[in-house]
Amino acid sequence: MSTKLNVLEHAMVPDHKIMKDEEVSELLSRYNITTEQLPKIYHDDPAVREIGASADDVIRIIRASHTAGRAEAYRLVVKRPKK
Amino acid sequence: MPLAEKYDKKVEAAELPQKTKDQMRKFLAEKEVSDTQFKQILERVLMEYKSTRIEACEAVGVIAAQSIGEPGTQMTMRTFHYAGVAEINVTLGLPRLIEIMDARKEPSTPTMTVFLEPEYGNDRDLAREVSWQIEAAPLHEFGDITTDMENMHVVVHLNTKVCDKRKITPAQIMETAPKKIRDRRHYRDFEHDIDEAKATIIFSPKDKESYQNLFQLAEHVRNVIVQGIDDILRVVVRKEAGEYILYTEGSNLKDVFDVVGVDTTRTRTNNISEIAQVLGVEAARNAIIHEAVSTLNEQGILVDVRHLMLVSDMMCMEGEVKQIGRHGIAGEKESVLSRAAFEVTVNHLLDAAVANEVDELSGVTENVIVGQPIQLGTGDVKLIAVRQHDN
Repeated sequence: MSTKLNVLEHAMVPDHKIMKDEEVSELLSRYNITTEQLPKIYHDDPAVREIGASADDVIRIIRASHTAGRAEAYRLVVKRPKK
Repeated sequence: MPLAEKYDKKVEAAELPQKTKDQMRKFLAEKEVSDTQFKQILERVLMEYKSTRIEACEAVGVIAAQSIGEPGTQMTMRTFHYAGVAEINVTLGLPRLIEIMDARKEPSTPTMTVFLEPEYGNDRDLAREVSWQIEAAPLHEFGDITTDMENMHVVVHLNTKVCDKRKITPAQIMETAPKKIRDRRHYRDFEHDIDEAKATIIFSPKDKESYQNLFQLAEHVRNVIVQGIDDILRVVVRKEAGEYILYTEGSNLKDVFDVVGVDTTRTRTNNISEIAQVLGVEAARNAIIHEAVSTLNEQGILVDVRHLMLVSDMMCMEGEVKQIGRHGIAGEKESVLSRAAFEVTVNHLLDAAVANEVDELSGVTENVIVGQPIQLGTGDVKLIAVRQHDN
């Protein structure tokens, strides 16, 4: 009956975008970090599935911040560890 | 009057947060300013912004802990409030805050706020119909159930008027009821007979020797959920800001999203782990902030969102919601001494000794323990002196 739920349309879910390789290396050099030091997001996260990202991609998240109005965050896609 | 383009570009290019830029635009649009004045304003704003930013090496975590903890002591210890919303019981105050920080799988009082699509949200009857699709309704609400002790039967006469009103056909009920007793209630020792014309279902236990089985079966038949979503015990329809909104007791985000008429972009639940599952970590991060802010504000406590954002960010750092405490953030710290300083000291030290762990002494707690300067504020800055050559 219902169409498939698009989680990205939900008010609580900010925009997720896959970053290009150049953008990632620019980001890493700007903060002088490695991808491992970024916050993580699991590969089976509903938002990650929606944009079709896979492990080792870096995702740019554009949040509607309470303080700044708009804030960017970055997360590295990782495989969900087996319990 | 929109802002002159040359100023607009300069505002956009400035290293300021979006919100400040918007505020500046709004302010400048109403005023006549000369070029030099504009330059001065921009400079002052930039300066002011830089001075309000947190300094490098500042212990933001400690400040957040203090800023939430101190006003937290003013919260009521035990509140089981009827939170204004038509007698739906919601845990508030300190117990709720603890629940959020502990990242419990299920809150003690799960509730949902279900928004409806415009055509349903503006019509009371349609909103009521959606609520029937959501609210769990047991079989006894749809007809008469009699226990026939002589023939060892449980007979259900469906009331077609009720079924019509609730927008469900007797055939649907007759199909789902026996299936649900088997699948959801895990009771399988019975047979059933359907009489479509009379809208009657006859259940009979397999073992006809004992009355106990008959009564047990009757109980299952009475309470089997035939319409709605099993986890949602009650739905209240309320009109708020010109539209009908459903408040529920019990939560099941995934199934509610599948109901026709539900607005899947605004509907929310207070069950954070469910949000993480259905909508992802980023949504969970937002939900934690929202829940914490509203819990604190409801008690008249104003805590700056920055502190709650930091807590929420830490909880959602690893891709899933982790609790603050020894099973989450505090228990997964790199340093042995830091973990041991928090809780269950002996276990951590023993495990670390067995696993031959090494402490790098890079954090704060471990350096306090060994009596070294901590890496915060001025302690994190290293000075290198370049010796001047003698002239």
